[in-house]
Amino acid sequence: MTGIGRRLLLLIPTVLGVLTLVFFLVHLIPGDPVEVMLGETASSADLNQLRADLGLNRPLGEQYVRFLGGLVHGDLGRSFFYRKPVLAVIGAALPATALLAAAALVVALLIALPVGVIAAVRRDKLTDRLALVGSLVGVSMPNFWLGPMLIILFSFRLGWLPVSGRDGAASLVLPAVTLGVALSAILVRMTRASMLDVLGEDYLRTARAKGVGERTVIARHALRNALLPVVTIVGLQFGALLSGAVITENVFAWPGVGTLLIQAITARDYPLVQGCVLVISLCYVAVNFLTDALYTLIDPRVRS
Amino acid sequence: MARAGGIPVTAKIGALILGAIVLLALFAPAISAYKPLQTDLAGALRGPTGGHPFGQDRLGRDVFAQVAYGARASMLISVSVVSLTVLVGVAVGAAAGYLGGAIDVAAMRVVDIFLAFPGILLAIALAGVLGPNLMNLVIALSVMGWVGYARLMRAQVLGLREREYVAAARAVGASSWRVVTRHILPNALSPVIVQATFSAAGVIIAESSLSFLGLGPQDVPTWGGLLAQGAAYLLYAPHIAFFPGFFIMLTVLALNLVGDALRDALDPKSHH
Repeated sequence: MTGIGRRLLLLIPTVLGVLTLVFFLVHLIPGDPVEVMLGETASSADLNQLRADLGLNRPLGEQYVRFLGGLVHGDLGRSFFYRKPVLAVIGAALPATALLAAAALVVALLIALPVGVIAAVRRDKLTDRLALVGSLVGVSMPNFWLGPMLIILFSFRLGWLPVSGRDGAASLVLPAVTLGVALSAILVRMTRASMLDVLGEDYLRTARAKGVGERTVIARHALRNALLPVVTIVGLQFGALLSGAVITENVFAWPGVGTLLIQAITARDYPLVQGCVLVISLCYVAVNFLTDALYTLIDPRVRS
Repeated sequence: MARAGGIPVTAKIGALILGAIVLLALFAPAISAYKPLQTDLAGALRGPTGGHPFGQDRLGRDVFAQVAYGARASMLISVSVVSLTVLVGVAVGAAAGYLGGAIDVAAMRVVDIFLAFPGILLAIALAGVLGPNLMNLVIALSVMGWVGYARLMRAQVLGLREREYVAAARAVGASSWRVVTRHILPNALSPVIVQATFSAAGVIIAESSLSFLGLGPQDVPTWGGLLAQGAAYLLYAPHIAFFPGFFIMLTVLALNLVGDALRDALDPKSHH
């Protein structure tokens, strides 16, 4: 467990670094952020009021300490646009993003595992080539293009699925596929490479020699051992999934943190911008840590 | 992929596509019959025709002209961001790897923190906070980009630092600067070149994502911006969204194909 403990310690500077970066985001706004937020017509009394509310009239060091202090108490400031605490606004949107990311992950695995395994088993055959070309196209396709193309086909031409918004399970399908395809493209390559590594192992020959059917050899013996690197990539790619969700959500008007972030940017609601970036980044850091920890637990070889 | 001695077919296809897109960007004014922002309200949302092979947008502007001029924006941004990040990343990585000690520890801590951050998210927030224009887009995309190069370069330098020819150069009295720039850098650059090709692809996707979200330059046509406009007319004018996205995919695909071939050629160890 010492490995995990040390990683947990190393997490502290990382999290502090993320917090510091997010803190300085608002201070990067060119000119006076308060004027930018309220517009040129605002009275000086309003400007001063907002400046005091945000604590922007205090020295930078004090603002930073207040920012960190607020975080400890779960206080991320107030959203101007929603006139509510930032944390409450994000808390309401977070489940939608989590649902979308989870669904995209399921889509990615449903595509990648069978395709990757088949490609490895039929190495250098036509199926394998097609899988590799497909995965290359998959990574190259921007999700803000795939999304609209899927809408044209499945919503307008075929009328099977809703165009946008969140209304029942059907509305999840297109966003999840859009977000999952790029990840599946990466996972296909990973599963294939990992399977190829395992397929040459002695224990598979032993299993075959004992008369185990080929299907069982592949599914039970090979795939199970090939999955470990795939799990790691899934974890490491989760961040990409979250950032991808920001764009996918905006394509489909999916009411998650990504849509919220762009709304907040448009409305110049900077505390909310800060909060969205912070929450997504911390999720990212946490998932990376958990992947690392899980990897250590599953594979005893990494533990030393 | 299949390799018969020379350059693999896939890399040739990639280079060909890439070359065509670079030409399209360079000669956009000569190739397109219309100016990208020239409106023609009578032809608004009209699909592809002989005169407008990619159709017209909501103000009747020629979609092909906008795609061609959009290629310029993408190339310009991509080349700027990649050059800037390579320069900074290589300098930081080389300094950290060669000098070692406190500089190395500090630089790598910063790199770790940046790596813990989802890059595109920071770029979105930065571009959103700084305001939508070309310069800010380049800044937003560069802030995160140098980190990968720094880590790569440091590893390269650590490997080369103890080589005999480097020790020999040091023994005859060459300065640190000379040792690094003359003896280490030229031998450490191959993986950086490979990485740069892949990140050029990443920058094109990131740049068009930001433009799609309305965070790109507002005064010049961009693929992402055109696609965002098209997304509002998917039912009546699907061509507006189709073409810019198709060109993004083509460019990224071409860069990935070339990158794969470069990696196999320059770094045989990584070939699986």
